[in-house]
Amino acid sequence: MRAILFIIQKEFLQIFRNKTMLPIIFMLPIIQLLILANAATFEMKNINLSVVDYDNTNRSREVISHFEASHFYTIIPTEQSVDKALELVHANRADLVLVIPNGFQKDLDNSKTPKVQLLVNSINGTAASLANAYTSSILMSYTRSIFIGKIGPSMIKPSSITTQTNYWYNPELKYSHFMVPGILVVLVTIIGMFLTALNLVREKEIGTIEQINVTPIKRYQFIIGKLVPFWIIAVFELAFGLIVGKILFDIPINGSLLLLFSFAGVYLVLALGSGLLLSSISSSQQQVMFLAFFFIIVFVLMSGIFTSTESMPTWAKTFNRMNPLYYFMKVNRMVLIKGSNLSDIKDSFISVAVLAVTMLSFAILRYRKTS
Amino acid sequence: MESKEIIIEVDNLVKKFGQFVANDNLTFKVYKGEIFGFLGANGAGKTTAIRIMSGLLEPTSGKINVAGFNAYTQRDLIKANIGYMSQKFSLYDDLTVKENIRFFGGIYGLYGKVLKARIDELLSDLKMTEFKNDLISSLPLGWKQRLSFSVAMIHKPVIIFLDEPTGGVDPITRRSFWEMIHQVASQGTTVFVTTHYMDEAEYCDRVTIMVDGRIEALDSPANLKKTFNASSMDEVFVMLARKAKSA
Repeated sequence: MRAILFIIQKEFLQIFRNKTMLPIIFMLPIIQLLILANAATFEMKNINLSVVDYDNTNRSREVISHFEASHFYTIIPTEQSVDKALELVHANRADLVLVIPNGFQKDLDNSKTPKVQLLVNSINGTAASLANAYTSSILMSYTRSIFIGKIGPSMIKPSSITTQTNYWYNPELKYSHFMVPGILVVLVTIIGMFLTALNLVREKEIGTIEQINVTPIKRYQFIIGKLVPFWIIAVFELAFGLIVGKILFDIPINGSLLLLFSFAGVYLVLALGSGLLLSSISSSQQQVMFLAFFFIIVFVLMSGIFTSTESMPTWAKTFNRMNPLYYFMKVNRMVLIKGSNLSDIKDSFISVAVLAVTMLSFAILRYRKTS
Repeated sequence: MESKEIIIEVDNLVKKFGQFVANDNLTFKVYKGEIFGFLGANGAGKTTAIRIMSGLLEPTSGKINVAGFNAYTQRDLIKANIGYMSQKFSLYDDLTVKENIRFFGGIYGLYGKVLKARIDELLSDLKMTEFKNDLISSLPLGWKQRLSFSVAMIHKPVIIFLDEPTGGVDPITRRSFWEMIHQVASQGTTVFVTTHYMDEAEYCDRVTIMVDGRIEALDSPANLKKTFNASSMDEVFVMLARKAKSA
């Protein structure tokens, strides 16, 4: 057992003597959170709208001013031609073209149904339907305001079903509250897994591993001695990332931190164990980087960080049962944002624990003291 | 040597890497307390044999007994009783002298006062006490080699395997290195050393000359010179090595 402590001591000496290590540990979370939580957003904030106004009346200008008033839209000045407006769409300078036909004001004032045309750049389907929905709702509110103006508010009877929406867990619909917990998961995984994997392979490259292999140390002692230091760093990284997220983005911490860190502790055995397994089948840092990179990309994109895992096809859901990041992504958001308790995350906890034990056993068995 | 107690017994050791035969039916005995030299050109199979005896490499076939333990089934017991110094320098460059000694001592199961005393003893033997807090990367090669040797001896093994320990160091350092070897041998440790410096062969009690994975000669340097009617070990070696396919 003492041999493990000697390995841990040695690893920490080397880690903190390495001048690139501390910046990695402290700067990476801040930079990643700042960049990703602000930049990687699905919210529509800058819709470039080009309006082709063939009507050119008070009413049509009122419509345009409604869009100007909304902070989601930037009105792109356009010549009075649909062709010219489409050129702007081609050049990626406009996302939307609103065409107001001649006779718009006349139709509106004569209680006919006026028609406008909306041309949407739909390369990104999600963004296109969001833009369409925003635009339609602005036009809707405009027509309603005219209607009320004409017949007076007292005449309006609430004849339609109105929805009263309560946004639970994230009432202000803050994208960062959703993203920061997700980014933290990726961050601690990458830091933990890569550092562990590179560390073991480095000993192979410089040949020091042979001096260890020629000692009577047990395989499990060596693997655990290699795992613990980076486990501590990754746990620290999670705590540090949470503090940064709280300060910079005021992310909610609604659940029990004890529960979150217990889960994270088991999860990290899995993540770091897989790093050790990859390094025991690799012979150079380059090899292990490629392997780890390949797995991380697949696991991150499947994990549900950006997209809902529930909408994934069945095979993907089956795959995700073996995806460590899928579980932590889910649990981190559940505990932080929803305040979920142990019984809510029980199934994920069990799955991750089983995977962790399996992975660690594989890593120990695959590590060979004799070639 | 008076007692002639056998400490290493190798019988028909064969090691193949695919079709390539690195060790071809090696048979020899090493007696307790002797300095046993393994001579041969690069690629003759010295390192392969030494790695098999140290439990780092799995033999293909043959009976191998080291320090009373079986090289197939009792590798960890062998490892607890031997020291090994690789031809590739393998201490941690980014740790200090003392940290390196402490780490390997700890891995070999030493701790507390015993470990501390052993560290101090090694440092003073090496005359490196005042450099104990220097990083290994700042030491000259000769010092590194002597330190590697001491680290391999930290748990007082009964056999020490040295794989080309003097590769690349200057003649003066080589001489002081061999003084260290003689000192541990005089204290009863068996020394198994590979080299391709023929003058070093003269310092061994007995030498084995390997050519193309086979043992071509095994005797004391004096007897070998007599048998081959040569004036130096160098001549003996050249005579035998000429037969090599790979030379």
